[in-house]
Order: sequence, then structure tokens, then C-alpha cells
Amino acid sequence: MVEFTLPKNSRIGVGTTHPAPENATNIRRFLVYRWSPDGGKNPSIDTYEIDMDACGPMVLDALIKIKNEIDPTLTFRRSCREGVCGSCAMNVDGTNTLACTKFTGEVKGDVKVYPLPHVPVVKDLVPDLSQLYAQYAAIKPWMETQSSPPDRERIQSQDERKELDGLYECVLCFCCSTSCPSYWWNSDRYLGPAVLLQAYRWISDSRDDATGDRLDELEDPFRLYRCHTIMNCTNTCPKNLNPAKAIGEIKKRLVERR
Amino acid sequence: MDPANRPLSPHLQIYRPQITSVLSIVHRISGAGLGLGSLVLAYWLISVAAGPEPFDFAQHLVGSPGGILLLIGWTFGLLFHFCNGIRHLFWDAGYGYELSTTYVSGWVVIVVSVALTVGIWLSVLIAKGTP
Repeated sequence: MVEFTLPKNSRIGVGTTHPAPENATNIRRFLVYRWSPDGGKNPSIDTYEIDMDACGPMVLDALIKIKNEIDPTLTFRRSCREGVCGSCAMNVDGTNTLACTKFTGEVKGDVKVYPLPHVPVVKDLVPDLSQLYAQYAAIKPWMETQSSPPDRERIQSQDERKELDGLYECVLCFCCSTSCPSYWWNSDRYLGPAVLLQAYRWISDSRDDATGDRLDELEDPFRLYRCHTIMNCTNTCPKNLNPAKAIGEIKKRLVERR
Repeated sequence: MDPANRPLSPHLQIYRPQITSVLSIVHRISGAGLGLGSLVLAYWLISVAAGPEPFDFAQHLVGSPGGILLLIGWTFGLLFHFCNGIRHLFWDAGYGYELSTTYVSGWVVIVVSVALTVGIWLSVLIAKGTP
């Protein structure tokens, strides 16, 4: 359902400010969304003044510095710090991205950091992605075959393999799905760009025998057709993939097979 | 902690407006506006059939400053919806999904629909000014 305002328990208040050390000259302000399940309070925005001369260049560097040196209660997911794991997906400066590959220098003014939009918050910058994972499982993200297993790998031609370029690189950070207004309003029934990109990854795999079933599953006013080609997904993907195009290709396949 | 009490992370409130989402919502709003506009068009046509007095009244309403302002809005709404609709047809045929293309086509839609609106209304006002 379309709800433009936040529920009562989600409205954001003013938090605390942590000033920079007095000798700091190169200061950036980080405005970070905070919420803890303890205490029953509403979310708030805490302000951290960071001495950039003593901080790495990425937004994730600043978050780690805050957690290590200023406020150990700050909670966020991170792992690889080089854009291949997808853990540190969050909303930085108004768009979704991976904090580890986003330069603080690209942001003008205060650096605003929020969790991925329109999902339940577990704590601070940690979103609850259970629904997205469940939707991912629903498209059966594995190879389905009819034939008996061969003695060796199921081989592809180079051209068949190329069909998967731009699809297999997805790290499932869900920046795209949580940037999509259509997904915000219909996440209970619309699969969203990340999951549909993966659906198309299996539809276009030459080794998969379940293409027809996969298309049947997607031919639905909500699961697929809540995509209105807004293109926020492609605009925000930190891996420069194109979920909107993949969704367009699925729609085309559905028309072509009629 | 009951997961049901988890707050919902902010969305519209914090997401940066960008050409992708803004053109999409303008498309939606202009479509809804054109629905209303078609009612006004129907009223105007009915007034023509109803005789001179109702027609004069309708002309008076539509020709008032507020009426003209609304007509300019509907002209832009129609042209924007038309141009962006063509953009959607290209997408539906599988073309124009590259991000750079999307930006170019978006700006083309904006420039063309604004230019046509200005052109149409300039010619209307000039024609009106020189009877």
C-alpha cells in the first residue's frame, strides 16, 4: 500500500552530537540514523564530527572509525570492504550504495547515512532483509534440468556464457530493490528489481530446462508487472548492473512466447 | 524484542529525487490530470450542444485567467504524457535501457514537451492579440 509518511514508531528525532577533537582542521559531519531495540525510543539522527585527516576515504572507513574510536554502539554490516560481498549496502547522501565503495569526497555538505529505505530496522544501519531473501528463494535460484546428469560439466558455448554477463555479477545487496518506489508500496507482492534480475539470470541460462515454468511463475500483475520502468534501480546499482533492462527482457519473453 | 515493533526505515523522506523517479511520477500525475481534463473537454462540448448561453458561460470560464492557467497545465500534461509515452514504447520494445540513454531520452522529453507547450500558447496568444 502507498503510505507516504512513516508509521508513528518510525518517525525520526534528534540525537546526540559527538564533536571532533579540538586540534582537528579537516572536519566532515556524518549524520547517522540510529535506533536500538532496547529502551523503546524512536529512531534518531546522531551527528559525528570526523577529522578526515585521520580517516580513510570511504564512507565505510568513517563508520568503522566511529565504531572504533567514538561510539562502539553503532551497528552496521560490513565484511569485504571492496564491493564484492554486498553487506554494507545503505543509503548515503540520498541514494543507495555500498559504503565501502562510496568516497566521502563525492558527497557535498554533511554526509547523511540511513539504512536501506522502506525495510524494518533491526538496529541502526542493519535492515531486516528476510522478505527479500524469501522472494529470492521463491524464484528458485538454481539450475533445473530434465536430463540425467552428464559425466562432466554441462557445457556452454562462449556466446551462451556471454548471455549471463551483467546478471551473474549481482551481489544481492538489495540497493536496487530498496530504491524502487514501486517496491516500497508493493513489497508484499512485487518481487522487485534484484530478485527479477536473478530470475532473468536463470531464464537466460542455456543449461536450465525450466524456462517455461519460470516465465509462468512471473506472469503476474504484481510479481513482475509492478515494474513501471522508473529506473531508480539501474541508477543506484553499485555494481553498475541494469535490473530495469533485465525486467524489460522478461516482459519481452512473455510477449514473444504467446 | 518483538520484531513487529521494528521501525520502518525512511524512504520518500530521504531518497534523493532524480530524473528517473521524477519523470515517472510526473507521468503518473499528468495521466491523472488528463483524466480530469477530459471531463472539462466533455463539459465544453456539451455546452456547445446546449445552446448559445451555456456556451458563452463555458467560454467565459475557460477564457478566464484561472481557466487559461489550467489549460496551459493540461497542454503541458498532454504533451509530456505523449512524449514520455513514446519513451515508454521504446522501453517496452526493449530499447533505451542503458543509463546514459535514459538520461538523454528523459531530457529530450522535458525539452520537447516544454518547447511545444510554449510554442502552442505563444501562437494562441499572438493569434488572440491580433484579431
